[in-house]
Amino acid sequence: MIIMSKRKTEKLKIADVKYDDVPDYVTFVVHTAKYRTLVTKKYLNRKLWEKKEPGHIFATIPGLIHKIYVKKDAKVKKGQLLIELEAMKMYNKLLAPIDGVVKEIVVEDKQKVSKNHLLMVIE
Amino acid sequence: MHDALQGGGQKAIEKQVAMGKMTARERILALLDPDSFHEYDLFVEHAGKDFDMDKKYLPGDGVITGTGTVMGQPVCIYAQDFTVAGGSLGYMHAKKITKIMDHAMKLKVPIIGINDSGGARIQEGVNSLAGYGEIFWRNTVASGVIPQISVILGPCAGGAVYSPALTDFVFITGPEVIKTVLGEEISMEDLGGARVHAETTGNAHFFAESEIECFAQIKKLFEFIPWNNTRKAKSFPAKQPKTRTYKIDEIFPTDARKPYDIRDIIRALVDSSEFFEVMELFAANIVIGFARINGETVGIIANQPLVLAGVLDCDSSDKAARFVRYCDAFLIPLLTLVDLPGYLPGIDQEHAGVIRHGAKLLYAYSEATVPKITLILRKAYGGGYIAMSSSHLRADFVIAWPTAEIAVMGPEGAANIIFKAEIQAAENPDEVRKKKVAEYKKKFANPYVAAAYGHVDAVIEAGETRKFIIHALEIAASKSVMVPEKKHGIPPF
Repeated sequence: MIIMSKRKTEKLKIADVKYDDVPDYVTFVVHTAKYRTLVTKKYLNRKLWEKKEPGHIFATIPGLIHKIYVKKDAKVKKGQLLIELEAMKMYNKLLAPIDGVVKEIVVEDKQKVSKNHLLMVIE
Repeated sequence: MHDALQGGGQKAIEKQVAMGKMTARERILALLDPDSFHEYDLFVEHAGKDFDMDKKYLPGDGVITGTGTVMGQPVCIYAQDFTVAGGSLGYMHAKKITKIMDHAMKLKVPIIGINDSGGARIQEGVNSLAGYGEIFWRNTVASGVIPQISVILGPCAGGAVYSPALTDFVFITGPEVIKTVLGEEISMEDLGGARVHAETTGNAHFFAESEIECFAQIKKLFEFIPWNNTRKAKSFPAKQPKTRTYKIDEIFPTDARKPYDIRDIIRALVDSSEFFEVMELFAANIVIGFARINGETVGIIANQPLVLAGVLDCDSSDKAARFVRYCDAFLIPLLTLVDLPGYLPGIDQEHAGVIRHGAKLLYAYSEATVPKITLILRKAYGGGYIAMSSSHLRADFVIAWPTAEIAVMGPEGAANIIFKAEIQAAENPDEVRKKKVAEYKKKFANPYVAAAYGHVDAVIEAGETRKFIIHALEIAASKSVMVPEKKHGIPPF
């Protein structure tokens, strides 16, 4: 939704109003040029990209932790089965992306998790 | 017969009314012209045999179908009746719907579907899934032949959502639409309420607070669209825009960095200043909708500098591209208003597939063979310039105001690249940069370079615009284009 009230649109009928007086306007940079403009709620709520650690295991799909196959401090090899995640009538296998040691198990058996929920940390 | 007309009976009707909803029959009567509704298949009975369903009587099998007129235009219509078994879709329910859809295709008239259903009738098993499949197939075949309108006035979940998604325009009202999924805690309204679909997902084209408002929107839409893809939309007597309210020189700031509401410019150009906006809440950085110029319907696509500086991104490209294809399919000429700084850069847009989505707009404009008129108001930079119905994508008329800036990028960015060495070597880089920006601005931030190569057909004063557009529409009326023979193209969906 545009963050804009009726009152403010009326204001825009007059060219060259002092746009800085309208608090909803932001400076928006496209390439190097700066524009005064409104932003949408969807734009404000967008998820910013962040770099993911290779040893962090996330839920790939919302579901239920069916079984955890490793214990804390266990040594794991790349490709080893870590967790079965029950979702969409399937036991989805989550495998170790790297060789390492299980540093932390964040979830427990039968726990419901949403997508991208952190499940386990391997170092 | 009395039983069948009563729907789900007194108790169920009271429950429906208590939710602030009309019954299916009331909805049809409210939407169609008075006395125009003719019902089909009132006496159809359901086909469920298992789970004691054979002992139950479901009036009309939970859906009302028939024909009538909207604003004098003939239509086929169906409305699911939530008071009968929750409007659930069984085999005969689907048969009634597909029969009226076939009827609409045969008669080449629009089809309106009013959705208010709990979903598949589980007792009928795979037969109810078959019903959905038959509806989806017909939606696809009818696409681009007859206007298809979906109205969602209650629950519409599971498989049922794909029929509206395949149709041309989706009208939505009410809070509860799509069911929650496992593990994600979110309220019904936040996940799939009417507002979410109109604002965030872009699944719905029109949002209304009430059913009456929703029907008024549908009637308005019917003023602008034709019955089918072989005839033109109805003509109306030409009317002048209200130029006393919408004065271009008062609305339009010449400084390219300042915002204004592009819809006011549209209103300054079209008949009676009446602009019927489509998808107003979704991707507001591009504006699409219908209006009339000289009495004839045109489809308008315009960058909105008021929101996100008017950039093209994934959502706005999708929104505009689909609208271009709709207008092309139904012989509605396109008017494009250009004022954009380009495609939105950034990691989140790249990861969301801005290349694939942005390509849709190029595809849609290139493919469209209806008359295409383009007006460049201020900025037309980079890929955005090409995508917004440029002459290279076969726009028939490209006109620019003297304030237009047609360039690969804005003056600041361009000067930084072209004069990089000079700026870096200078004793006072900032001063040199400023000078170079001004130099570039003077040379390229205008429409005359593009006009010198014939990429722009004419540079005209703002006051001449409407006259030019009327003339363009008149001489383009019998436009014809040879399209190479093919089964179909492969658009970047």
